[in-house]
Amino acid sequence: MILRLAFLLLILAGPALAVSNPAEMLSDPAGEARAEHIGRQLRCMVCQNESVEESEADLARDFRHIIRERVKAGESDQQIMDWMVARYGDFIRLRPPFSALTLLLWAAPMLAVGIGAGAVLLGRRRRPEPPAPLSEAERQRVGKLSGS
Amino acid sequence: MTAINRRLVLLLPLGIAGVAGVGLYSMLDRMRSGKFDPRGVPSALIGKPVPTFTLPGQGDSPGFSSADLKAQGRPVLLNFFASWCVPCIAEADVLLALKQSGQPVFGIAYKDKTEATDAFLRQHGNPYVQVGRDAAGSVAIDFGLYGVPESYLIDTTGTVRWRFAGGLTADVVRQELAPLLKTLT
Repeated sequence: MILRLAFLLLILAGPALAVSNPAEMLSDPAGEARAEHIGRQLRCMVCQNESVEESEADLARDFRHIIRERVKAGESDQQIMDWMVARYGDFIRLRPPFSALTLLLWAAPMLAVGIGAGAVLLGRRRRPEPPAPLSEAERQRVGKLSGS
Repeated sequence: MTAINRRLVLLLPLGIAGVAGVGLYSMLDRMRSGKFDPRGVPSALIGKPVPTFTLPGQGDSPGFSSADLKAQGRPVLLNFFASWCVPCIAEADVLLALKQSGQPVFGIAYKDKTEATDAFLRQHGNPYVQVGRDAAGSVAIDFGLYGVPESYLIDTTGTVRWRFAGGLTADVVRQELAPLLKTLT
C-alpha cells in the first residue's frame, strides 16, 4: 500500500522547477506561465544541460528575473528570446534553430532511416535464388554417401 | 557473399573505429593542452560593438563607461573578476605582466562587495587603469558572461575582437592575445 502510494506520488510529481521562491514569481498567472515557458527553452549557461527554469545557479536566477521583468514590460516571447540570443548566441537555446549550420543535426534522423532502408533494399535485391530442390538421382546419391 | 563483400564487412567497421579513435585522441590531446574546452561557448559579441554601460568605481575612484574603452588610442583588455573567484587569483600575475608591458587593462568587479574587492586588489596587485563595479551583474549579462574571470579585447573603434573565458595564462597571452594585438596596432 505504502509502495503503491509512493509510486503514485512519483508519477504525480511534475518537473521540479527552481522557482521555489514565491517572491521570484509574477503575481499575474498568465505572465508567470509565459515566463516559465520561455525559461524552459533557455539553457543555463553554468550547468549547461539544465534549463534556466530548473537551475539553481546564480546566473539562472538573474535570467529568470530578467525574463519576468521583460514579460511585465509587455515584450513578446520572440523579443525576449532574441534579447538572450544577441548576448549568448544560439547556444543558449535548448532547441537549436534550423540553419545551414544545424542542417546535418536536424536531417540526421531522416538520413539514418534512409541509409538503413537503402541497405535493407540492397541486401534484399542481392540475395541469390535459393538452390533448386534435389532431383531423385541426387537424393539417392546423398543417401548412398551418408550410408543410410 | 562474395570475398570482396566479406572483406568490406570486416574492414569497414575497423576503418570507422580507426578514424573515430584518431579523432578522439586528437580531441583529448587538445583538451589536455588547453586548446579545446568542451564546455566552452563561442562569444556572440565578436565583431560587434561593445555593449553600452556606465559603472561606478571603487570608493572615490570614478569608474568608467564603454566610451572610455574606445578613448585609449589603442586596444584595451576588459577583465571581469571577483574577489571570491579562485582563477582570478591565478591570473592576477598575468594581468600585472600585461600592465607592465604597457597594455591598458580595465577591470569590472562582478557581484562583489567594495571592501572585498579592495582587499583583493591590495593582496594580489591592481593591474587595472580603472575598476568599475557591476554589483547586480547586469553589464556582465550584456557581454554574455557565464563565469568569472572573462576577458574581452576591444579595439579602438569599440568593436569586441576576442573573448577568453577562464583565467588568463602566459601561454594564452603569447599564443592568442599577443599575435592579435600585433595585427590591431
